[in-house]
Amino acid sequence: MKLLIELFLTFAKIGLFTFGGGYAMIPVVEDNCVDKKGWITHDEMMNITVIAESTPGPIAINAATYVGLRRGGLPGAIAATLGVILPSFIIIYAISMFLEDFLEIAIISNAFKGIKIGVGFLILDAGINMALKVSRDAMAVGIMAAGFGALLIVDIFSLNVSSIAILLAAGIISFAMYFIRGRRQR
Amino acid sequence: MIYWELFLGFLKIGCFSFGGAYSAIPLIRDVVLDYGWLTSDEITYMIAVSESTPGPIMVNLATYVGSTQAGLLGSVLATLTVVLPAFLIIVLITTLLKAALKNMCFQAVLDGLKNCISGIILATGLWMVLQNCGVESSFDQRALILSAAVAVVMILYRKIKSKRISPIPLILISAVLGVVVYGV
Repeated sequence: MKLLIELFLTFAKIGLFTFGGGYAMIPVVEDNCVDKKGWITHDEMMNITVIAESTPGPIAINAATYVGLRRGGLPGAIAATLGVILPSFIIIYAISMFLEDFLEIAIISNAFKGIKIGVGFLILDAGINMALKVSRDAMAVGIMAAGFGALLIVDIFSLNVSSIAILLAAGIISFAMYFIRGRRQR
Repeated sequence: MIYWELFLGFLKIGCFSFGGAYSAIPLIRDVVLDYGWLTSDEITYMIAVSESTPGPIMVNLATYVGSTQAGLLGSVLATLTVVLPAFLIIVLITTLLKAALKNMCFQAVLDGLKNCISGIILATGLWMVLQNCGVESSFDQRALILSAAVAVVMILYRKIKSKRISPIPLILISAVLGVVVYGV
């Protein structure tokens, strides 16, 4: 029980200090779980990063579940995962109560018009950065370009196609290409 | 029923958000607009709020949508649902499927998904920038000026500091620009 509470509190602290999510939280988890508590090794931390990269979900959640599971089994995993989402839950829940009234103030509404444009560029920047990291391989670039083109067409013509459908198609094509390429090499 | 819809919608988002912090955004936009939970503008505002508060974007969005659609219970439900797939997958991988990650075929499919989502995010960002400038109806002069200013800030920051500007300063700068450009 003591361990469960410790897992919950440690991950609540981690959850409180991970702004924006993503890789920003890796050093925070490493500092708390590897250096301070010795719950996992540095190698395991690297593993978590790789697993988080290749599975759905934010890395903060993946890391919490992994560490909790290693230290305290399924109850530990639940305690750590609930801990890591609790701070952001409380903050956003509070914001949700007054955001709409807040937006009716003229100066705030103007600020948010500016923010709207800033966020567009933020996502474009993230997209450019991710696209540049795609390996220089005809197949990888092709799939990326296809995803880009498909979603742009869907947006421009307001088509009723979900990006999940595009992703599933990419998964099926990669699966098929794996076998086709494998056969050629043999 | 709203609780069932929240569950289904956020389960989809939780299952398909591969990669970094931004990869859930195209899916969130899809699902949230499809159910009519938020407008496109509200989603963008919430992305800014999420970037300035702790926690992953998709968890923040789930809490917010759940709360505005169905109060505290909806908010708890949506938040737990969106992390459920990630939770189950880690439990499965660490207990049963460690070998699956090393499987070449599995890796090939995951690589394909990741490459595709890079393209999807690039398209989403580009479309959001164009939409903000009014490409769908008529061009909005103030938005065009603001967009140019934000782009200049980002490029200058990169040139001078030779790294990307972090989200929170960029959001603050664009808020100030918004007050100036739309206030006069």
